[in-house]
Amino acid sequence: MTRRQRRLTMIGGSLAVLAVAAALVLNAMRDSIVFFSTPAAVAEKHIPAGKRFRLGGLVQPGSLVRGEDLAVRFLVADDSATLPVSYKGILPDLFREGQGVVAEGALDTSGVFRADTVLAKHDETYMPKDVADALKKQGHWKDSYGAKAAGTPEKPGAAQRASQTDQAPPRADRGAIQ
Amino acid sequence: MIAEAGHYALVLALALALIQSTVPILGARWRDPALMNVARSTALAQLLFVGASFAALVTLHVTSDFSVVNVFENSHSLKPLIYKITGVWGNHEGSMLLWVSILALFGGLVAGFGNNLPLSLRAHVLAVQAWIASAFYLFILITSNPFLRIANPPIEGRDLNPVLQDIGLAVHPPMLYLGYVGFSISFSFAVAALLEGRIDAAWARWVRPWTLLAWIFLTLGIAMGSYWAYYELGWGGWWFWDPVENASLMPWLAGTALLHSAVVMEKRDALKVWTILLSILTFSLSLLGTFLVRSGVLTSVHAFATDPTRGVFILLILCIFIGGSLTLYAWRAPALKQGGLFAPISREGALVLNNLFLTTACATVFIGTLYPLALEVLTGDKISVGAPFFNLTFAPLFLPLMIAVPFGPLLAWKRGDLLGAAQRLVAAGVAALVAIAVLWAWTRGGSAFAPLAIGLAVFVIAGALSDLAERTGLFRLPLGAATRRARGLPRSAWGTVFAHAGVGVALIGIVCETTWNSEYIGSMKPDDVAVIAGYQLRLDGVTQRQGPNYREMVAQFTVSLDGERLSTMTPSKRSFTTRGSTTTEAALLTRGASQLYISLGETAADGAIAVRVYHKPMVLLIWFGPVLMAFGGLLSLSDRRLRVGAPKPAKAVRGLQAAE
Repeated sequence: MTRRQRRLTMIGGSLAVLAVAAALVLNAMRDSIVFFSTPAAVAEKHIPAGKRFRLGGLVQPGSLVRGEDLAVRFLVADDSATLPVSYKGILPDLFREGQGVVAEGALDTSGVFRADTVLAKHDETYMPKDVADALKKQGHWKDSYGAKAAGTPEKPGAAQRASQTDQAPPRADRGAIQ
Repeated sequence: MIAEAGHYALVLALALALIQSTVPILGARWRDPALMNVARSTALAQLLFVGASFAALVTLHVTSDFSVVNVFENSHSLKPLIYKITGVWGNHEGSMLLWVSILALFGGLVAGFGNNLPLSLRAHVLAVQAWIASAFYLFILITSNPFLRIANPPIEGRDLNPVLQDIGLAVHPPMLYLGYVGFSISFSFAVAALLEGRIDAAWARWVRPWTLLAWIFLTLGIAMGSYWAYYELGWGGWWFWDPVENASLMPWLAGTALLHSAVVMEKRDALKVWTILLSILTFSLSLLGTFLVRSGVLTSVHAFATDPTRGVFILLILCIFIGGSLTLYAWRAPALKQGGLFAPISREGALVLNNLFLTTACATVFIGTLYPLALEVLTGDKISVGAPFFNLTFAPLFLPLMIAVPFGPLLAWKRGDLLGAAQRLVAAGVAALVAIAVLWAWTRGGSAFAPLAIGLAVFVIAGALSDLAERTGLFRLPLGAATRRARGLPRSAWGTVFAHAGVGVALIGIVCETTWNSEYIGSMKPDDVAVIAGYQLRLDGVTQRQGPNYREMVAQFTVSLDGERLSTMTPSKRSFTTRGSTTTEAALLTRGASQLYISLGETAADGAIAVRVYHKPMVLLIWFGPVLMAFGGLLSLSDRRLRVGAPKPAKAVRGLQAAE
């Protein structure tokens, strides 16, 4: 082979691999990306039952009900709307009423959000990024929520999650350990 | 006093770094050895002063001097000594100080052991190191000074985040930084080569061991971090495709590619331009990782926008160094002489393939990590890209690479014989097929994916071993002769075998854990028994205990297998009064390479306690694989040809040296 042919082989091979990679990425982008929503946006957008998304907001104080066999129900609220959430499993250490939470799952036909993953990511001053941004947008941000968070991003907000196994593979917020 | 001294030492280090950034370059311009030698002394003095500054911060933490903001915010007088020390880098300011200390350490190593480097190359390398160092000293002094005082010192500190009060913090960040920052050396060498406009044999001989050293630390650091997350976060996951993890995975992938292309450059004088580019990219990805973790952009794009000083500063450093080095590359690289020719099927070709797949895989991680950030900045849409994305992109790219791994070392330089290599891999292929068949029969009806993936892993391991057998003449020659040849084999060849086998071992662990792990979640009262994977776990009771700076609720489980008592496990939940937060301490029971894992949830009103139990088959292989890889790297590093600072070997080690 001449130098030129060799070079063409190399370039051709590289382009082929890159094309495959690009196809894989585009395909994965279509299927495996999960959007974030707040209760108000859920009411507005009419998200169909069964479509996976992440729901973020504050756990409505007084709404947590524990059922049989680790089943829990609670309301996630934002400025204008609330959405009932049901979950079965162990809640993260940092899950508290009145605090921010992000749950991943889908709506069922009766309009209840069935979560298979619950994330709570905050310490006493810190809250999940998505929730904080959404609350700020709605003007519901209390300075006490994020007084520290903004200045000390590294202050590792303990990240916690709870999940049920046979669901989608784990995805976590792991700000704490880096 | 100590805080001020530490601060002052840091300022002096900056001054030294500024001298080191300029004087040696001028010296190289004017061909003045005295000026070029300034680099050596300033690099060593810089190390001394940063070391002093770091020691000052450690002292402040150990003596619990709460008049210093950093100590007040991250320490507590009751905290055990080890966490007082590790707490130094458990926060933003301290970890940046650790970052520059390690940078100075590497600079000092080059200065100390670089006596046989061409003088102007050493001057340039150390000057580039000093540019990086100056930028980060400025960053610390302007935006993240760890030595700030509080006007009215409080009596007690706010304590370190409980999740970080763990031995993992002592090991993981320093290891990771030794890896991240270690790549700065190959970056500096690359930029120095571009500045000088030439690369010679000394260049390649020098870059490889430094890259290898950084790579070993990064490998161990990532593995350690993964194990830490596994046992500390309490739900048994070991890799989350979280941006913070991806930030360390990207330099690892690029660094692995660099390691392999440096081999080609050293042995065959080919791929020079590409190796230079990879050196730049690898450290750029380390810088990107530092930016992602340190700027707060991951915590909240919003926080980044409202308090931009730190983020923008690092972003600026990022742009200057990445932009600058790539511009320099575009300008000077075409002038570098191209070297050795090779056929597509050859050892070089195999290494190019390795580079191609590793960098492409790295690119998919890059996209998955940065796309959500870019989308949020541009459109405001919030999305999360997680494991499903990476399973669909990263994994398919890694599979062909794994198939190719055993072939590489069996191909000859310049022009290889694929058929011959395949013949020599017949034994490995048979081993893989047997593994697939056995697993298939054993898991009848299960998914076909796991047996195939494990078969692939067996192929990689057996392939590495047959490479070894081939080189030593095992089974062909009498045992004595084979042993002699094994002893005479270069350490780097042994390193290849271990590192490649390590990849296979890790893959087995990953596949077994994800496919066959079992889980029990339920609420238990004393004397309840949970059954998982044949083990019976009986909750004996729950006790309260007082720790140094926390209260702890300990549950005791008796584990038995087929009615025979094996051991007890004691998971606990700790509440830290200072921060009002709780952590879950999982209990682990190791059985061979598998583990039982118990973590506790909340206690209900009737005294029942929520319990999560996992059985994780072969899970330890996930971390044993990287340890093997790092061990292989260490063997390769100890090869006399590459030993850091070793004088040039008197004669060529093998006949493999380029025959131009």
